[in-house]
Amino acid sequence: MNINVTRREMAAIGAATLASTQASAQVVAAANVPAPNFAIERGATLRMLRPVRFVAPDEEVFRANCARFAAATGVQVRVDFVGWEDITQQTAVTANTGAGPDLIIGFNESPHVYADKLVDLSDAAAYLGAKYGGWKALAQRYGKRSNTETWIGLPFGASGGPLVWRKSAVNEAGFERPPEDLAGYLRLCQALKRIGKPAGFALGNAVGDGNGFANWLVWAHGGKLVNPDGSVAINSRETIAALNYLKELYPTFISGTLAWGDISNNRAYASNECFLTSNGVSLYFSLKNDPATAAIAADTEHTLLPKGLAATSPMAGLTLNGMVFKHSRFPNAAKALLTFLLESEQYDPWLQANLGYWAQPLNAYDNSAVWRSDPKVTVFKNTMDTGFWAGYEGPITEGSAAATSDYVMVQMCASVASGQATPEAAAREAERRAARFFRRR
Amino acid sequence: MDATTTLHWSKSRQEPGWLVRVFDNKLVLIVACLLPALGLLGVFLTYPLGLGIYLAFTDTTIGRPGIFVGTENFEFLFTDPIFWNAVFFSVFYTALATVGKFGLGLWLALLLNNHMPFKSILRAIILLPWIVPTVLSAIAFWWIYDPQFSIISYVFKDVLGWRTTNIDFIGSEWPARFSLIAANIWRGIPFVAISLLAGLQTISPSLYEAALLDGATAWQRFRFITFPMLLPILAIVMTFSIIFTFTDFQLVYAITRGGPVNSTHLLATLAFQRGIPGGQLGEGAAIAVSMIPFLIFATLFSYFALARRKWQQGEGND
Repeated sequence: MNINVTRREMAAIGAATLASTQASAQVVAAANVPAPNFAIERGATLRMLRPVRFVAPDEEVFRANCARFAAATGVQVRVDFVGWEDITQQTAVTANTGAGPDLIIGFNESPHVYADKLVDLSDAAAYLGAKYGGWKALAQRYGKRSNTETWIGLPFGASGGPLVWRKSAVNEAGFERPPEDLAGYLRLCQALKRIGKPAGFALGNAVGDGNGFANWLVWAHGGKLVNPDGSVAINSRETIAALNYLKELYPTFISGTLAWGDISNNRAYASNECFLTSNGVSLYFSLKNDPATAAIAADTEHTLLPKGLAATSPMAGLTLNGMVFKHSRFPNAAKALLTFLLESEQYDPWLQANLGYWAQPLNAYDNSAVWRSDPKVTVFKNTMDTGFWAGYEGPITEGSAAATSDYVMVQMCASVASGQATPEAAAREAERRAARFFRRR
Repeated sequence: MDATTTLHWSKSRQEPGWLVRVFDNKLVLIVACLLPALGLLGVFLTYPLGLGIYLAFTDTTIGRPGIFVGTENFEFLFTDPIFWNAVFFSVFYTALATVGKFGLGLWLALLLNNHMPFKSILRAIILLPWIVPTVLSAIAFWWIYDPQFSIISYVFKDVLGWRTTNIDFIGSEWPARFSLIAANIWRGIPFVAISLLAGLQTISPSLYEAALLDGATAWQRFRFITFPMLLPILAIVMTFSIIFTFTDFQLVYAITRGGPVNSTHLLATLAFQRGIPGGQLGEGAAIAVSMIPFLIFATLFSYFALARRKWQQGEGND
């Protein structure tokens, strides 16, 4: 999921979208639920960290929302935007030293790693869930401490990577749209290869795209990295079936995907070399905003990744996860701020400013104008409805993050695709590596 | 002016104050002058190195202090084929790249040592690959090796029509390894060439004149004058070069990230991947610490094998 293509062009479009959609009526339905009364501490000030923006309006609207909070409550909020690679480390330092920001919006598993150092957010979560049609599946997974109803994080949105495909090519291959079943999907890829318009999915060390594809492959066959009790489950019949499927699927890819990084599929797709891949919405916007590739954008469609044997599309979005530290002197003010930012008056404009890069954690925002702004972006609104997460189907731990960064699943797939290992050997090797990351400490 | 000083100006020198005596003490002076340097070394060298070695014996992760686990990290690594693969490639990468860099670098230095037009400009141009920040040249090579958009593939496929498919530079094991080594050689040549050129210019021309009078061939002049005279500087440059190459990170990380399937991981990239994005600080530190014996060996080898007096002066080793 590459993000660094067209931030600059996005700024103008984002601002335009914002202006046009803010005028339209608030359509996000909110139930009449009494707001919790967070007793904001006297003289409270807050400092917050969050990852840097995708698009400029993200930051502008976010800052404006915090300014409104300050105007409404008198609590000054300082927001620092931190690079994506740095936020995990900064969260670690904050948690371990008990100093620094009062609240952090981090990624995925962060609140679960520092669960003991965080303020219980259950009351805020209960209120928001009741008011805005309930939390989506992925939000519940990342928000609640494993096997409890205690909320330690308030998810702010997720960025998904569904299928991105050229309508003309898929139609030429004899398909209306990519099939949901594995056999049909394989036939589509074979047909695309036959007409010289191949699919391509990263099998190199690409953190976002590579893991996204490997996870899809295993999950769509009913396999999983970890059992619900946290023991490693990758060496299974399902995984081996998935890897055998890959042996047939991989030859249909454009050559070179074993060396692909996160950006490679974007480049190949934008240059008419690859016609079916998976990516975040950034690829579509970069094509749409460049006159040279606008025609490709017009021919581009998004659909969720094929379900295969799974009940929902096997895709785990990268999730923004807000947390409040116990060391904060103003925990109530921090809770009030997170709640305030997720209220429709603040959250809906922010969602719209992000053009679909982030998808909402609360059901009521399905009706946000952003999902009607461009029909091709609509599919992203379901990103957080997935029943899958990084480290599925185990409890969320730092182990899942480590396995993702060490490309355990990606390399299991790549070693089979390249013919270096049999599916059985590759699954055994993945089990050996994962066992290390998920060991009890 | 003070009345007393004028009065006693002719008297013998006053006994110096205690401060003066303290600063005149040689021992105190030595300690005082060394202290800043020792402090800097301690803070910026010994402490990080010591911490790294300590971390290697703990199970620290990012976010959790960890406990002392003895050699558990090393025991795991010794059973980890990915680690051994990284050891192999680090040694292979260093060996091949060093041979390439010194072969081509020495040749280039000999060429540049001749009198030719635009000598200074040429020498400046040679330095360019070394001046460009590594990560920039790495990105350039990343494009050159790209599976879809490689300029080399383009030339062979679309311009010359010699091939029907793109060249697979970094998509499979051995081509990826050799591609990275080629990039490293390209980047390392200037350092070797300029250093050896400096060495060449210290060789006295009279030696060559004497050799010419004796009727020595070009090869003999190289073998018996240039090469022995260059050896001391060769030893130093090679030590540096081996250390830089063995601990290389940017080229590999920017071009392949250790892929495909871990075949191009160097110890440095593997340590980073496990330690920082993966959060397994203890294990990452253990990988980094395991580079130390190799580096010490390489240093000792260059120093003792190449800097022997016998080689330099044609005498015994004593």
